[in-house]
Amino acid sequence: MEHRRYNPSDAPVLTVDGMNVDIAVPSGALHAVTDVSFTVRQRETLCLVGESGCGKTITSLALMRLLPRTAKLTARNINFEGHDLGKISERQMARLRGNRIGMIFQDPMTSLNPVYTIGDQLEEVYLRHRGGPRSAARKRAEYLLEKVGIINPGQRLGQFPHQLSGGLRQRMMIAMMLMCEPKIIIADEPTTALDVTVQVQILQLLRSLQDEFNMGMILITHNLGVVARMADHVAVMYAGRVVEQGSAEDVFRNPVHPYTRGLLDCMPKRGQVAAHGRLGSIPGIVPSLVGEQRGCSFRNRCVLQRAACSEGQIDLRAASPDHLYRCILEPAATVLPSTIPVGSAA
Amino acid sequence: MTAAVLSVAPAPQVSRSEPLALETRDLAKEFRVGRKWYSNGQPLRAVDGVSLSLRKGEVLAIVGESGCGKTTLSRLMLGLQQPSAGEIFVGGEPLTNVDRKVFSRRVQPVFQDPYSSLNPRKTIGEIIRDPLQIHKIGTSAQQTAEVEAIMERVGLARRLIHSYPSQLSGGQRQRVAIARALVIKPEIIICDEPTSALDVSVQAQILNLLQSLREQMNLTYLFISHDLSVVEYMADYVAVMYLGRIVEAGPAAEVLRAPRHPYTRALMSSILTADPGLGLPDLNLGRGFPDPLNPPNGCRFHPRCIEALDKCATVAPRPIMNGSGLIECHLHDTAAAD
Repeated sequence: MEHRRYNPSDAPVLTVDGMNVDIAVPSGALHAVTDVSFTVRQRETLCLVGESGCGKTITSLALMRLLPRTAKLTARNINFEGHDLGKISERQMARLRGNRIGMIFQDPMTSLNPVYTIGDQLEEVYLRHRGGPRSAARKRAEYLLEKVGIINPGQRLGQFPHQLSGGLRQRMMIAMMLMCEPKIIIADEPTTALDVTVQVQILQLLRSLQDEFNMGMILITHNLGVVARMADHVAVMYAGRVVEQGSAEDVFRNPVHPYTRGLLDCMPKRGQVAAHGRLGSIPGIVPSLVGEQRGCSFRNRCVLQRAACSEGQIDLRAASPDHLYRCILEPAATVLPSTIPVGSAA
Repeated sequence: MTAAVLSVAPAPQVSRSEPLALETRDLAKEFRVGRKWYSNGQPLRAVDGVSLSLRKGEVLAIVGESGCGKTTLSRLMLGLQQPSAGEIFVGGEPLTNVDRKVFSRRVQPVFQDPYSSLNPRKTIGEIIRDPLQIHKIGTSAQQTAEVEAIMERVGLARRLIHSYPSQLSGGQRQRVAIARALVIKPEIIICDEPTSALDVSVQAQILNLLQSLREQMNLTYLFISHDLSVVEYMADYVAVMYLGRIVEAGPAAEVLRAPRHPYTRALMSSILTADPGLGLPDLNLGRGFPDPLNPPNGCRFHPRCIEALDKCATVAPRPIMNGSGLIECHLHDTAAAD
């Protein structure tokens, strides 16, 4: 077990308490994110994991206040360095965004401007938030490009995004995010578009920079392997809600929610080649999030469904002090029939 | 160019007397990059001397990073592009002698992105029926029956027959693509990253489906992927590609359990299993994919190889049959010399 990289007694950099995002659609309100709460400390990595449509990207956009106009953000409190991100004005938010809060997107090609050089785009961030002479911005850009492992940064600054490979572009995005020394990074699927070998290198880079600059990180991904290797804490999202939340150790070694258990069974594991056994899978599809949501949102796909699952509101409860889950069953009762190991004395 | 002959041993359930379903001999594809009226451009050898074979009922996986030539190889095998050199044999017949239409009844593709590989203006029924109409198979009523049968087989509800692709989820669309490939009962399916656009739980459903279809219909798969944990689950044989060449190949259990080529080892260590606390692996791999327009001398992998010898920079390694597999690496020359 790796030593803990953050100090649990530090004050959180970001505290999200009871965040909801509702999107207006023709047939009513779509509850994209419901009752999400978490904290991130410096040097701590929180992973939001879930499948498409579970609300993980909306959560990150909400924190950056980049939601579409039709979306409404409500929260008891979103505290970042004393500001309530849910309530401050757009002008105040613009001062934090890209300055104190850094963001990395999935596809660096679509998030970069193709007609400006890399140098221009890196310097813009710095000049916008810090001002000062262009030469200072250029110096910082060169320093950071070297920091993220780009050889010959002076020459790269004059190039355009299309002249770089996917891995280099993502390094460039990371350098851009660091221009103003953010306290927290929000990385939305930063390695999904990359090769497996490049993925490992980019994750290693993020990790070392996080330690060096004392940043907290929210890493959003659907790749459970990435989550297991990067996360201190994990929040598993399903249909806009956090269904299980805890340390990576707890969530991966002792998953409690039936969805988490099912998701882990879906992963092909090492050494399955000879057996050609079938992978676990979760039947059914994600429910509609439009209109009033009652009961457990996972119930229709859950093999352990009971009558009580469709009633009222299911709250997060504790399996152990730092390990929460959203299910009416006791932790021991959520074992899926197919996951009982063959030959176990049951 | 030396032929890299990969004669794969038959899988236990397959008899040796069956003809090879698919074979390539010294296959190469060269593109000209930057062609102008005054210049012929630079040559880019996307596929360079690839020889491989697979028997009926087997699954051969091709793995490698983007730009290694695996998609070009699949396009050659589908007859979508003409090889610059070498030959492809389907069921023992050379591809050049066979009409494209006849050939396409035997080899069918399933592409990566089910969002762009289905015509948005056709219904699911029309999409799946298309191959039957192109090949003029059966009467209209027979075609409808075929379409319904294959939809049931791949797990698509019959009511979806009049739906459009935009009304379907990613997993359902990939099922449509599989149904379209299977409706004319081909022998070989070429799957190019069939699950990389899908969620984990959907990926598991599609992989399970491909496995059961293979058993029921005795299909042969050429499976292209960069996800080694998926490959390990699917494949009988694995070929690892690097800059257009196969650098290691053999039975999946051997190549993936005990990789010998330094590149295969780096790929294997890049698999992130769901083990918390393990942290990130050390890849032992130099950074930067080389420029395919200007490939390194000697062994193409040597600039990134941590075990490179002096001669790796000058002498290109030759493919060596070693045990049940093939390897192209100077580190393993000595083993084969005796």
